[in-house]
Amino acid sequence: MTATPWWRNRRLLPWLLQGAVGLVVLLVIALLMTNLVRNLTAAGLLLSWRWLGQPAGFDLSETLLPFNASMSYGRALLVGLVNTLRVIVIALVGSSLLGLLVGMAAFSRNGLLRGLARVYVEVVRNVPLLLQLLFWYFVVFLALPDGTAALRLPAVVLAKSGLYLAGFSQGSWQLPQLANSGWQAPLHLSVEFAALLTGLITYIGAFIAEVVRGGIASVPRGQWEAAGALGLHWAASLRHIVLPQALRVIIPGLTNQYISLAKASSLALACGFTDLYSVAETTLNQTGRAVEVVLVLLAAYLSIDLLISATMNGLNRLVQVRER
Amino acid sequence: MKGFETVLRRLKALVPLALLLAASGCANDSGGGAGGGVAGGSGVRSAHMEAIRSRGQLSCGVDGQVAGFSSVGADGRYRGFDVDVCRAVAAALLGSGEKVEFRNLTATQRFPAVASGEVDLLSRNTTVTLGRDAPGGNGMSFAPVLFHDGVGVMVPVASGITNLAGLQGRPICLLSGATSEQALTDAMRRDNHSYVPLKFSTIDEMFGAYQQGRCAAASIDRSALAAQRTTFADPAAHRILPDVLSKEPLGPATAQADPAWADAVRWIVYALIEAEDQGITQANVKAKLAEARTNPKLADRRRFLGVEGNLGSQLGLPDDFVVKAITAVGNYGEIYSRNVGDGSPLKITPGPNRLWKDGGLLVSPPFR
Repeated sequence: MTATPWWRNRRLLPWLLQGAVGLVVLLVIALLMTNLVRNLTAAGLLLSWRWLGQPAGFDLSETLLPFNASMSYGRALLVGLVNTLRVIVIALVGSSLLGLLVGMAAFSRNGLLRGLARVYVEVVRNVPLLLQLLFWYFVVFLALPDGTAALRLPAVVLAKSGLYLAGFSQGSWQLPQLANSGWQAPLHLSVEFAALLTGLITYIGAFIAEVVRGGIASVPRGQWEAAGALGLHWAASLRHIVLPQALRVIIPGLTNQYISLAKASSLALACGFTDLYSVAETTLNQTGRAVEVVLVLLAAYLSIDLLISATMNGLNRLVQVRER
Repeated sequence: MKGFETVLRRLKALVPLALLLAASGCANDSGGGAGGGVAGGSGVRSAHMEAIRSRGQLSCGVDGQVAGFSSVGADGRYRGFDVDVCRAVAAALLGSGEKVEFRNLTATQRFPAVASGEVDLLSRNTTVTLGRDAPGGNGMSFAPVLFHDGVGVMVPVASGITNLAGLQGRPICLLSGATSEQALTDAMRRDNHSYVPLKFSTIDEMFGAYQQGRCAAASIDRSALAAQRTTFADPAAHRILPDVLSKEPLGPATAQADPAWADAVRWIVYALIEAEDQGITQANVKAKLAEARTNPKLADRRRFLGVEGNLGSQLGLPDDFVVKAITAVGNYGEIYSRNVGDGSPLKITPGPNRLWKDGGLLVSPPFR
């Protein structure tokens, strides 16, 4: 019996092929990196991280972590990252709720509701997000009156200087109050934050609505009819029969939308909000370390997106049908 | 809404950074100077000037949104103080002030755009600072200061605010990444005033928010405040506070990697000042040249206008580069007056932007 020649060895061959491809990829990366380092050295721009510890010398507004101008660039970037995360988390919850409601409305028996949902989705998802953010900030929020003329809703005051929300403070429920021609309230959101949040939620919400609609549409019509035959109301059949099955289709699509939400949050500077990108831009200008600052930005957004991706993949495994 | 311009600018925001990374080839060509071509015929080697000549166009980075310094008119033509500097350099090098391609750059984009070679010259009301000049910082090579400015603060007259203390705890609109941001931070910290900084990436967005009343004040170079105020519906309703928070000497810049090109730009800029000093204007430059040709006693002017000697070719420029630059845009005083001085809506008093012999800070070393 002769031994199998190596080119027909089905155990060895895949290893060889994959090894070769892997080697080529590594070579290309190595080539790019050495090229980068050589040219950066020639231009006197070799990577240096000492600037991270130097005092920033600029102020930031709306900081959750304490910050002042004598703290370091590293701290400033951290403050920006926390602000970015705050936007992402709130917008993620908001756009999911909005998307779910609008997506379900597409199956309503009420024609007006269906029509409204359709118009919202088509208008919002076909206009660039940046334009929408500029619209929300300059046309809607900055047009709000200020002081005594501010828009008063139950428990909320909308003014040019920001949104004032009622809340618990010092153990009691407090409404926004006018003091010294300025509003005071337990919860205060700047108009920049509010405009960014509104823009992101309505924009991503429209895409999520489509994902939800697609998911519900993927459930066979027989399921609706069966639920109806059991005497379930439209809302009950949606909640108990259709949505649990639709989730399997919805979640992978949702992951994409959450990831693009995280990336879209970097447009915050358009409406003056201090996010990671905004801090990085000032840092880049003052230190001149363009490559390093961009690397920090890349790493930050990549980690956020990978985290979202991993969480959603875990969630996806939970809702899948376990087949034997 | 000014949306579309902003969208375009934003899309371009990452271009210079990408270019900086991709500038591998460029850096090799222009860095060592080994591959540089011979220009002007006197052995001056400058890869940059060679590239501009073969392209037939100077690529000049400007702001594009500041009335008086660089803005696009209704006829689609760039106008302004910074723009005229670009035209002077183009005229000196290529013979015509029209051979310029203008690129609008944001404050953040400008230095990577120069370092990567995307623009040949930066003429964008840029403050000269140590960090920007140093090889370990932004690595620019600055031409002489052409505009002595300072950071100021503008407030609506109706607000009744008359000094920095009145801005305690109030929101102030700023331009992200400009030196004015640091100057304001320093001044407010020194006096222990707290304030809320609201940062924007373009002048249009910043003043858009200010005009909508979001900020109690706007802070940037005083020249830019004066320029922007002329575009308001009611300029008289806004006041520029007397406080000058910093000195902001503005000058054009080139990449440090090409010293010969930086020298050429430096002396073209000096020529604009020297021309004012010698009383040579756009209107009389032809007559002054004819006079110098016939009268050998006017040695100073003969050297300056390239009638005798080879000052131009020592820089890799044509010997009559001064005549070409002045014919295109006029001398410093004319450029100032036409764009930002008496002959313009801005009417900024020259202050230190006058010749040394008139009590100003402008001086050109001798053309010898």
